[in-house]
Amino acid sequence: MIARLIASMLFSLLALTAHAKEASTLSADPALEARVMKVAEELRCLVCQNETIAASHADLAVDLRQQIRIKLREGQSERQILDFMVERYGDFVLYRPPLKATTVLLWAGPFALLLGAAFALTRAIRSRKRVASAPLSTPDLQRARQLLDDKGSPGA
Amino acid sequence: MKRYLLPLVIFIVLVGFLAVGLNRDPRVVPSPLIGKPAPAFDLPRIDDPALRMKTQDLRGQVWMLNVWASWCVACRQEHPLLVDLAKTSKVKLYGLNYKDKRDDGLAWLQRHGNPYIASLSDTDGLVGIDYGVYGVPETFIIDKQGVIRHKQIGPITAESLSTTLLPLMAQLEATP
Repeated sequence: MIARLIASMLFSLLALTAHAKEASTLSADPALEARVMKVAEELRCLVCQNETIAASHADLAVDLRQQIRIKLREGQSERQILDFMVERYGDFVLYRPPLKATTVLLWAGPFALLLGAAFALTRAIRSRKRVASAPLSTPDLQRARQLLDDKGSPGA
Repeated sequence: MKRYLLPLVIFIVLVGFLAVGLNRDPRVVPSPLIGKPAPAFDLPRIDDPALRMKTQDLRGQVWMLNVWASWCVACRQEHPLLVDLAKTSKVKLYGLNYKDKRDDGLAWLQRHGNPYIASLSDTDGLVGIDYGVYGVPETFIIDKQGVIRHKQIGPITAESLSTTLLPLMAQLEATP
């Protein structure tokens, strides 16, 4: 969790420095530009799928940032802009996909795996204990005692 | 023996998922526009910018919209197929010249052949955004009611043409 937080902080710092230059060329209003970047960071660039629209230098990302800029100027909300993108590019365009019937596995899958693994682990540990606590047979006990006596005697 | 059965089953299921996942093309993102009305446009034709064309003009027809650009390398790959298609069939093929300069587009058509009934200039790429275009070339099939029925991302191949696009268009043509 902390690692993730640090990573995202570093990333946004990186994004900020990267966009400082663009803001001056594309819009004189730094407040607007900050809002553009905030929306753009929620969106995946479909040309280079592991980048946000904020970070990507692809032509399409530049165009979509311009769309966000225009729509924010028109007074549209962040939600409206995200909906605009989803209508055209699908849920995949969102970096945080919504919880829907088709995405349940995506959201619940890791937790289901974790639960399954925890269940298997507790079962394995329990059955191991049962083996350990099973009483030894008499010959085994005798052998054990013999071994212990050998080792335990001084000078051996 | 039995205790190994469950892990084995889990392993096989996992391999199944991975095999399917690995064989998918991650660049192909299903379009949310399938089954929805084709976004309306009103664009100038590349051959004569004074002439404009709207989506409504094509109502009642099954048509193919091919998104192309002179800067698009993969377009060159599919283009001979389109030229051939225009010669040998009655497919109503329209082009969307996406984020291109008019002169470049015209020169490209001159060099590689022009299979389109008309190509429309989407210079700033705004219509492309409405159609969710992200990887040129892309091809849409639109039915008589103006609904998008299919989207192909990336170049058309002889196989995709004969197994998917043409049968779908024939089927749509047969329905009123």
